[in-house]
Amino acid sequence: MKIVVTIKQVPDTTEVKLDPRTGTLIREGVPSIINPEDKNALEEALKLKDTLGAHVVVITMGPPQADDALREALAMGADEAILLSDRAFAGADTWATATTLGMAIKKIGGYDLILAGRQAIDGDTAQVGPQLAEYLGIPQITYVTELTLTNGSVRAKRKLEDGYEIIEAPLPALLTITKEANKPRYPTAPGIITAYRARQVTLWTSKDLDAEPGTLGLEGSPTQVRRSFSPPAKEPGETITAPPEEAARQILSRLKARNIIQG
Amino acid sequence: MDFTFPKEYELLRRMIREFAQNEVAPIAEEVDVEEKVPMDVIRKAGKLGLMGVPFPQEYGGAGAGEIGYCILMEELNKVCASTATVIGAHTGIGAMAIYLDGTPEQKEKYLTPLARGEKIAAFALTEPNAGSDAAAIQTRAVRDGDNFILNGTKIWITNGDIADIITVFAVTDPALGARGGVTAFIVENTFPGFRVGTKETKMGIRGSSTAEIIFEDCVVPKENVLGQFGAGFLTALKTLDVGRISLGAGCLGGAQAALEAAIDFAKNRYQFGQPIAQKQAIQWMIADMATEIEALRSLVYRTAWMMDSGHMDREFSTYAAMCKVFGSEVLDRCVDKCVQIHGGMGYMKKYPVERMYRDARITRIFEGTNEIQRLVIATNLFRKVGVRIR
Ligand SMILES: Cc1cc2nc3c(=O)[nH]c(=O)nc-3n(C[C@H](O)[C@H](O)[C@H](O)COP(=O)(O)OP(=O)(O)OC[C@H]3O[C@@H](n4cnc5c(N)ncnc54)[C@H](O)[C@@H]3O)c2cc1C
Ligand SMILES: Cc1cc2nc3c(=O)[nH]c(=O)nc-3n(C[C@H](O)[C@H](O)[C@H](O)COP(=O)(O)OP(=O)(O)OC[C@H]3O[C@@H](n4cnc5c(N)ncnc54)[C@H](O)[C@@H]3O)c2cc1C
Repeated sequence: MKIVVTIKQVPDTTEVKLDPRTGTLIREGVPSIINPEDKNALEEALKLKDTLGAHVVVITMGPPQADDALREALAMGADEAILLSDRAFAGADTWATATTLGMAIKKIGGYDLILAGRQAIDGDTAQVGPQLAEYLGIPQITYVTELTLTNGSVRAKRKLEDGYEIIEAPLPALLTITKEANKPRYPTAPGIITAYRARQVTLWTSKDLDAEPGTLGLEGSPTQVRRSFSPPAKEPGETITAPPEEAARQILSRLKARNIIQG
Repeated sequence: MDFTFPKEYELLRRMIREFAQNEVAPIAEEVDVEEKVPMDVIRKAGKLGLMGVPFPQEYGGAGAGEIGYCILMEELNKVCASTATVIGAHTGIGAMAIYLDGTPEQKEKYLTPLARGEKIAAFALTEPNAGSDAAAIQTRAVRDGDNFILNGTKIWITNGDIADIITVFAVTDPALGARGGVTAFIVENTFPGFRVGTKETKMGIRGSSTAEIIFEDCVVPKENVLGQFGAGFLTALKTLDVGRISLGAGCLGGAQAALEAAIDFAKNRYQFGQPIAQKQAIQWMIADMATEIEALRSLVYRTAWMMDSGHMDREFSTYAAMCKVFGSEVLDRCVDKCVQIHGGMGYMKKYPVERMYRDARITRIFEGTNEIQRLVIATNLFRKVGVRIR
């Protein structure tokens, strides 16, 4: 079985600080990490490798330093790593990102399962997984918290706002995995040393992908950024300072007034 | 010159830091109170390759060298000195002696399960009448056919009661003493005649056990002679040299944690209408802590680098002793200032600072007291100019 896991290198937002004067992110000196839910996706792949045996390929599109994300994935137990890096990929929107990943995954070939994270903590769109499945023309199951493989198909539990759905799809299929799915393993110490000193990351540029002209990077991106702006600051909330019982009464009557609860 | 850590060490540090934060920090208080590091944590560490960080991968280690091992000791000591001591005595002296002087067969048989964390190691030199004067040990080993018979008592052995494999130093020729008359042995705790005696209760690093071990006609096969017959004292000294670097690294971690706790407290504690961080008296303490910590960091990783690049000469032994003296004294000053900055809060069991203060004190004593380290440093320096210190 061959499993491809798409991973994105992102700034560690828990370490990002706001510039108090400009209100913008200070990205300088912020360490880069594997997008957290991509680690959940990788963990699902590694669990399948542990139980059923699988060849796990991790792939990322990004600048040369995205190599570090791939090495960490190798140290966790991935078998093969591919870095898509080229100036031609720059400025990609989610569709161009998905297309580029799709071309590369076609080139890898022979895959049974593609696992993506649900959402990246920086871009936050949760679009790349679904778009990649569309590009490849394979079934997709999003927001997956549990999955099992049974001859030729995958059965997955997907989390919705108000409950769960159990969905089955034939393989190959693409699943996007949420953080509830598992607790990703740590890379091991010998794995880390070997990942950097003895293992290979394959570099593919646009030339390796036989891309049609106009499909990559900014050129291949239908999204156009017209203007960017900060959303207006939210009104501060109201604090009710009354003693607890009185405060509860006030809150209840307001909720009722707005028909949020009945009574 | 390049003072940056290669990428593999950055990732190793991040992994260890996460392990320390998630798996060790939450139990640190319980470890101190219960006087026990749960075996579960040791097993988890073993699975991640953290019980054999400096050793080659062919013997089950992580292959991360002394630099990698110093990173482990630094990060673990930030959250729990007891856990760090258990792993430190196991790796840095117990297993290290086998790594430095073991035959390929001994490494295969003993170092591999130790490095994988399947077995625990200890290092047994100290006796009631032989502390700083380690050459005065009295435990005897007498040849009997294919075996040696050991008799004697070792005290204050870290991991003494939980270790499966113990590096033991015994007299094989009383006439020669330390110069040719001491031999190192690899002893399994299942060998007949091996017994654990009393366990100490201590001021600090309470979760790391410190036990007496007793040999009563203990039968050790002759294949378990470690290093050259009669050269055991050299094995002990060489192992302790190496152990002193990581001890310095552990102190670095403890001192860093004290600094961070002090900064955090100074920022949040208001007196006289402003954070105490606004007071110069506090600022100077913080500045001194930070300065000493950075000096220690350079010394420790420089010395670890010497070992990893094969410079294990007398110069190295001098530097290793400096790591131990400077490290433990920087730590001492930092935890002291940290408690002072915390005021009464620093004296309360409720906060980790009180434990950090108690845990720090041992580092000036064990693995050769600081007085003995200064003796080592001075002896090496004077030897260069032809003066022999005796
Ligand atoms: C220079 C630049 C210009 C950009 N311009 C635009 C633009 O014009 N319009 C626009 O919409 N966006 C733009 N982006 C944002 C970029 O398209 C998105 O960051 C990217 O497509 C991923 O989307 P996301 O972060 O929302 O990921 P999500 O869709 O939230 O990620 C879901 C999952 O998809 C996978 N995935 C996502 N990205 C990658 C990747 N690179 N490699 C491997 N797997 C991945 C991961 O498994 C991830 O968990 C730009 C980014 C850059 C750096
Ligand atoms: C918690 C703990 C864990 C330990 N773990 C281990 C272990 O795992 N394995 C092991 O073998 N041992 C272990 N030890 C023993 C430790 O290494 C010794 O305690 C240490 O070497 C000092 O010996 P001593 O306590 O007998 O002090 P002494 O040698 O009695 O020294 C008392 C004082 O005299 C000073 N002094 C002694 N000689 C001189 C000199 N020549 N010049 C100047 N001053 C001198 C000392 O510096 C000290 O201040 C441990 C000890 C403790 C407390």
